[in-house]
Amino acid sequence: MKVLMFGWEFPPHISGGLGTASYGLTKGLSRIKDVDVTFVVPKAYGDEDQRSVKLLGAGDIQITKRKINLKNFSKAMDYLEVKSNIVPYVDPEDFWRLSKKEVSGSYKFIQVNSEGKISFSGKYGPDLLTEIANYSVVASIIAEESEFDLIHAHDWLAYPAGIAAKEVSGKPLVIHVHATDFDRSGGKVNPDVYAIEKKGMDIADLIITVSNLTRDTVINKYHINPAKVFTVYNAVEPLNEIEKAKYKKGTDEKIVTFLGRITFQKGPEYFILAASKILQKLDNVRFVMAGSGDMMNKMILMTARLGITNKFNFTGFLKGDDVYEMLRLSDVYIMPSVTEPFGISPLEALQSNVPVIISNQSGVAEILTHAIKTDFWDIDAIADSIYGILKYPALTKMFKNYGKKEVDELSWENSALKVKEVYEKALSLN
Amino acid sequence: MRTICLYFQVHQPFRLKKYRFFNIGNDHYYYDDYLNESVMKKIIEKCYSPANEILFDLIQKYNGKFKVAFSLSGVAIDQFELYAPEVLESFKKLAGSGSVEFLAETNAHSLVALKDKQAFCEQVKTHSQKIEKHFNQSPSVFRNTELIYSDEIGATVSEMGYKAMLTEGAKHVLGWKSPNYLYCNAIKPRLKVLLKNFKLSDDIAFRFSNKAWEEWPLTTEKFVGWLNNIDPKEEVVNLFMDYETFGEHQWHETGIFEFLKFLPETVFNNSNFTFSTPSDVAEKLQPVSAIHVPHPISWADEERDLTAWLGNDLQNEAFDKLYSLSGKISKCKDPAILEDWNWLQTSDHLYYMCTKFFSDGDVHEYFNPYESPYEAFINYMNVLSDFEVRLNTDMPETNTDKELAKLRILVAEKEGLLKKYISEVNKLKLNISKPKPPGTKKASSKATPGKTKTPGISKTGRKSTKVSRVKKK
Repeated sequence: MKVLMFGWEFPPHISGGLGTASYGLTKGLSRIKDVDVTFVVPKAYGDEDQRSVKLLGAGDIQITKRKINLKNFSKAMDYLEVKSNIVPYVDPEDFWRLSKKEVSGSYKFIQVNSEGKISFSGKYGPDLLTEIANYSVVASIIAEESEFDLIHAHDWLAYPAGIAAKEVSGKPLVIHVHATDFDRSGGKVNPDVYAIEKKGMDIADLIITVSNLTRDTVINKYHINPAKVFTVYNAVEPLNEIEKAKYKKGTDEKIVTFLGRITFQKGPEYFILAASKILQKLDNVRFVMAGSGDMMNKMILMTARLGITNKFNFTGFLKGDDVYEMLRLSDVYIMPSVTEPFGISPLEALQSNVPVIISNQSGVAEILTHAIKTDFWDIDAIADSIYGILKYPALTKMFKNYGKKEVDELSWENSALKVKEVYEKALSLN
Repeated sequence: MRTICLYFQVHQPFRLKKYRFFNIGNDHYYYDDYLNESVMKKIIEKCYSPANEILFDLIQKYNGKFKVAFSLSGVAIDQFELYAPEVLESFKKLAGSGSVEFLAETNAHSLVALKDKQAFCEQVKTHSQKIEKHFNQSPSVFRNTELIYSDEIGATVSEMGYKAMLTEGAKHVLGWKSPNYLYCNAIKPRLKVLLKNFKLSDDIAFRFSNKAWEEWPLTTEKFVGWLNNIDPKEEVVNLFMDYETFGEHQWHETGIFEFLKFLPETVFNNSNFTFSTPSDVAEKLQPVSAIHVPHPISWADEERDLTAWLGNDLQNEAFDKLYSLSGKISKCKDPAILEDWNWLQTSDHLYYMCTKFFSDGDVHEYFNPYESPYEAFINYMNVLSDFEVRLNTDMPETNTDKELAKLRILVAEKEGLLKKYISEVNKLKLNISKPKPPGTKKASSKATPGKTKTPGISKTGRKSTKVSRVKKK
């Protein structure tokens, strides 16, 4: 079974949950016999702008194709590198935030004929929607030139590419919903994004969602037939043997950590309010908010206003190993997300033996039993859970015994097998 | 003689309200009154009222030939007194019929038997007194919380003077033996042991309404047929179950009440079985052998062990923490604290912390007020923390006493210093006032709040008032 997969980011340039998830999944798929994945990502550097315009304008898109042998992959994968001006390696949501003001309302799909002639406005710049459209143009050409049985597109940025490939080839399309605009926007759904998402879901033969929470959104908010939506949970890469800790804990204080983008979606203010409650009762504790985001300044102000800055630290954005260093220093990990389609990071915390508190509004809550679950708005419950973990050692013991085991049993290979079932179903439909 | 021994368990815990850590030290009321009352009312309507009525009618109808036994936990009786005195009255009516035996158990429906022999005996005694007070019967047969039994517990029960005890006919204890005989305790053979026939009991209690069960629907004829298939030499079939089986675990619509209504009639018509109470059985039958139970068993889950209450770190910590307070409790006289102590020991609090249900049985979900065992644990530990604070205030133990004594000495010293300072201040005042008679007023009024030594004075003054407050208590 040959799968043509469209994504937005791919290692080593991972910026967010989407990249981690598509990487993990392809890795899982690569271990399954008779599934061959060709992964397409847009990739751009500043100096490619001119060539891209030429490429597309001429209808003569250069596609460099090379075989790569990634570490940990049991098979060589085809990795197509498309030269375009798309700026893929920023977080898609951040990118959207940066660029959404400049989106023009007159967006149309670009029609591609069999000769690859495209009528272009020639306009470029930080216009994400145009770039997505360009990606779909390239996708249709790839689809024409390659041989495959099925198309798999990750998240809305790649849906148009998937649709284009389907239109050209007539092969079944599976789309993978890692998030919807309802999650990203906090209720203020962008109609253009919604339209792209809705179109992708309508045209797709089958849909994979990362949790039942997201599945419900797809069914209820996008009015999709439930029979074509399947939940496949994400997993987590097994943790490599940890090298010696870089930092030692400088104090005997307990550390409670929030790790993630400081945006509306992640509910940082609920963490701060809970921290302030705890600090009224406990002294020997420190709170850390690791990450960056558009709400960071507001959050710093909030801690100042509550008078807890001496016990509350902001680390800024943490990269790579620093994330694990931070987890290693932590006694509690908390993710009070307002809405979280899945949420891989609590799994990483559990791998590092850190007890986790997650919101009921996260997809990962559906699969974790050895975690404390509260509603994101229930500050009393969040504070109480933190207090409980810090005060009653049996909880940490339980998480060490069972939580880690539970996470270790999740594997991308199992997720990949479920994805394969969806593939087979999609093929049998056609 | 071939006989059926029916025993029903009646128990409802005082479920705790949501108790946050910031309540610790401030809020000393722990129970969710609304939940407890509404659960109680619901069960009364669905089970206790109709079932009591049926039993009373049957007893009247068969005029002493139909007998049953009840065990009402002390906590359940407390709840009846609070929420439903009329139900307590209907149990009294049953007690008055002469065909209903009330068993002894632990007052708190607790697991104290596993921890503290003396406290266990006291709890059992309290419960027996409660039963005597309400039902005018002095229990002679004992059943422990969740039918927990071991040789040792049995021996203790025998020492207390009970003649028989009920427990589970657990497979791993019985081996090839049959539960349908009377046994005796391995250490104190005078204590008779009645073993639950879990197959026939669970056919009614768990499988009755299960349509996937090959024997569904279960009629009294079919059931008595199974009784008749039992080896004629076997003497007693012990059917032990939760009273809530009738109408609550098995809904009215399943026909469970009809089953109960017609069981005696079918037994009398189609078999030579009679009905007996546990004490009848213990009196009339001879034990066939001793039963060896070195490790405690219970009637719960597939394993018939204690893991539903003491199976994970959360439960063990809560259990240990709870009974670490028993030393102080034994000296405590405050009735409010003792009542809470009783209600906090109820085994259900530990049951809610069980993590086994992640893999098996929805039975654990039953009337469970918590969404997860972790929530149950944190809530319980918060309550226990507050309880400990109260207990320590009421019962200062040696360390605190010592500290208080130290403080008293300190206060005495400071008071000495105070006197010295005051006399010094007065001397100084005199010195100042003598050369400048007109300025006396101003100088003296300034001297008290402003001079360097005054903060020290006020500090010690504050301390002494604090201590005197403690003394008053």
